Amino acid sequence: MAMSQATAAGPRRNRVLNGILVNGTLALICLLWLVPLLGLLVSSFRERSDITTSGWWTVFPHKSYISAKQDQLTKGLALDKPIQVEGVSLTDDQLRAGYTLPDGRKLIWANRRARIVDVQTSQWTTKANFTTANYQAVVLGQTYTYKQSDGSTKTEVGEDMSKAFINSLTVAIPATVIPILLAAFAAYAFAWMRFPGRRPLFAMVVGLLVVPSQVALIPLLRAFSNLHVNGTYLSLWLVHTGFGLSLAIYLLYNYISGLPREILESAFIDGASPFTIFLRLILPLSVPALASFAIFQFMWVWNDYLYALIFLGSTPDTQVLTIKLANLIGSRGQDWHLLTAGAFISMILPLVVFFSLQRYFVRGLLAGSVKG
Amino acid sequence: MIHQTRDAENKRASSAATSGWIPGQFFAGLLGVVVVIALLWAGFIYLRAARSASILNAIVAIIWGVGGIGALFYVSNTLIEALPQKSRDRIRPFLFFGPGVVILFLFLTIPTLITLYQSFFNNDTTRFVGLSNYIATFTDRSMLESFRNNLIWLFLGTGFCVSFGLLIAVLADRSKFESLAKAIIFMPMAISLVGASVIWRFMYAYAPADQPQIGVLNAVLTSLGLQPQSWLTLQPWNNLFLVAVLIWGSTGFAMVLFSAALKGVPGDLLEAARVDGATEVQTFFAIIIPYIQGTILTVTTTTAIGTLKIFDQVFVMTGGQYGTEVVGTEFYRQFFTNRNFGYGAAIAIVLFIAISPVLVYNLRQLQKQEGF
Repeated sequence: MAMSQATAAGPRRNRVLNGILVNGTLALICLLWLVPLLGLLVSSFRERSDITTSGWWTVFPHKSYISAKQDQLTKGLALDKPIQVEGVSLTDDQLRAGYTLPDGRKLIWANRRARIVDVQTSQWTTKANFTTANYQAVVLGQTYTYKQSDGSTKTEVGEDMSKAFINSLTVAIPATVIPILLAAFAAYAFAWMRFPGRRPLFAMVVGLLVVPSQVALIPLLRAFSNLHVNGTYLSLWLVHTGFGLSLAIYLLYNYISGLPREILESAFIDGASPFTIFLRLILPLSVPALASFAIFQFMWVWNDYLYALIFLGSTPDTQVLTIKLANLIGSRGQDWHLLTAGAFISMILPLVVFFSLQRYFVRGLLAGSVKG
Repeated sequence: MIHQTRDAENKRASSAATSGWIPGQFFAGLLGVVVVIALLWAGFIYLRAARSASILNAIVAIIWGVGGIGALFYVSNTLIEALPQKSRDRIRPFLFFGPGVVILFLFLTIPTLITLYQSFFNNDTTRFVGLSNYIATFTDRSMLESFRNNLIWLFLGTGFCVSFGLLIAVLADRSKFESLAKAIIFMPMAISLVGASVIWRFMYAYAPADQPQIGVLNAVLTSLGLQPQSWLTLQPWNNLFLVAVLIWGSTGFAMVLFSAALKGVPGDLLEAARVDGATEVQTFFAIIIPYIQGTILTVTTTTAIGTLKIFDQVFVMTGGQYGTEVVGTEFYRQFFTNRNFGYGAAIAIVLFIAISPVLVYNLRQLQKQEGF
């Protein structure tokens, strides 16, 4: 009895150790994954001047030198000789770089020309000044005013992204919904009907899953320009329908072919036509698979950059969020207050969809690749 | 309600079986098909002209796409239901899979063939040039650089995504915080690559040594007493920093698939191994890895294809400058900037050939599948 307890203590300690190791490593990796996103989110709520002069992590409590008082030296004091300040004698260079006294205080020029020295003490501090001005600038296109390093204020116009947001919605919703019905009909035929050419045609569907869309872009673009659909939403709806269809058929085929045969057979015996069976049985039963594909496709279309760039272009009236954001990087690459807020605006909807419908999204992913 | 329809269909089926075909219904169906096609065309013309983003146009597009296709299926079904039993059964599958497969042909299969054809012609497809576009593809300096970079993407990107994904999946499987950790790692999947580019440009932000660093990486460097680096222009290492964006974004995909596969490893098998005194590491390599090797292959090929097609990050973050050009950006530049269609087509075909082993493998797998 006593012996078995003694031997059990070893594994238990091991298990605790293992648990710490596992959770510790996992926590570290998660932190690594969160830091980039956290930086973006925090910065999008900081003022422009704060973003450019201090790291976003300074919003968290940290130790830093804070000005305690300022010493006004004699105006016009010679700087090439040792300078007497706070009881020590320092050179100009030392005061420029900042000199730490034995008691922990730091002496540094506050204004060299006016001969003012900053006496700083190390304190716990935080730079947590938050503002929604960045979001007002990117959502409403409002102007914003900020202090420049020389103290003067400057007013600039923001970047209105609300139109791009509407454009993205206009592209994404039809491009998600249109392929579904087409794919469901085809998947049903491949799963439950026998016809000549079924094998090669389905092989084509599977083959097209991995075909890089680049091979189709040049002829498509030419055909579209002959049909005068380039630069319209219609072109993107069609392209996303065409390119998303193979995945949709394949995904729905996997699901529909797995439906129990008995249900379909009993419906056949009752005399229902395949069309009725499709509408009354297959579609309602396939809702989980349809939802999985819909979420997958919505995210894909919303986040797409290449097709939007090629077919819709960057006309201000029609450009979608990804295009707008990419252009913003090009034209205002250092305006981090706009970029961070704008990036967050562009990802808010997919993130909401992701967190509310994660289960369906993962299911779509699994069906789409594991069975491959 | 359902019974009524079934009865009606029974009657129709029996009358069709006796009298061969039903002329009235046939012509009504034919008329319906003509009307629906005319309406689809009218919708096409209307939507082509609709260049403003409005919810109304999006709704019209959904009605046009979904309603139009639904109506087309309905009227053509009416049409074939009027035919004699034998021809009805023969034609019906074509009605179901037809529209989807036709769209696949129009948007992917035929354009791919045209691209193949164009790749043997000069830049405006007026003169046959044989293999010279392909020769140029493999001799041009900037193309060779792209190939080298794509190999970096392929090996490092895929390697890290797969191994990190597996590591995190295994750790999460043993942790109490599994769903939280998985959600965090998976979250970047919801973010567009353009959005991720903003996030990482901010991580890599550079300021001269005497100014405060606002990018996390340079802040870490300077706090260690090192010089800040301009990461995205630092050749050839900048490729690795671009790959990091992919790893951050795509590891979640690998992790989710591995996590699902790990759940399928039978518990008694692992228990038996533990009873036999196998260590965790031995169990992992001797049991878990062989058990999930199918998933490992799927994840590896899917991620590898993604790295070969890479475009967004590179185009947005460096524009292919500073030695970061990849095949995707090179294709875009030849095609759009230089209007060199033949060369662009050859690059696309090379990309296709690079991916084709996966295509062949998928088709082989399909052949083994039951029912095919």
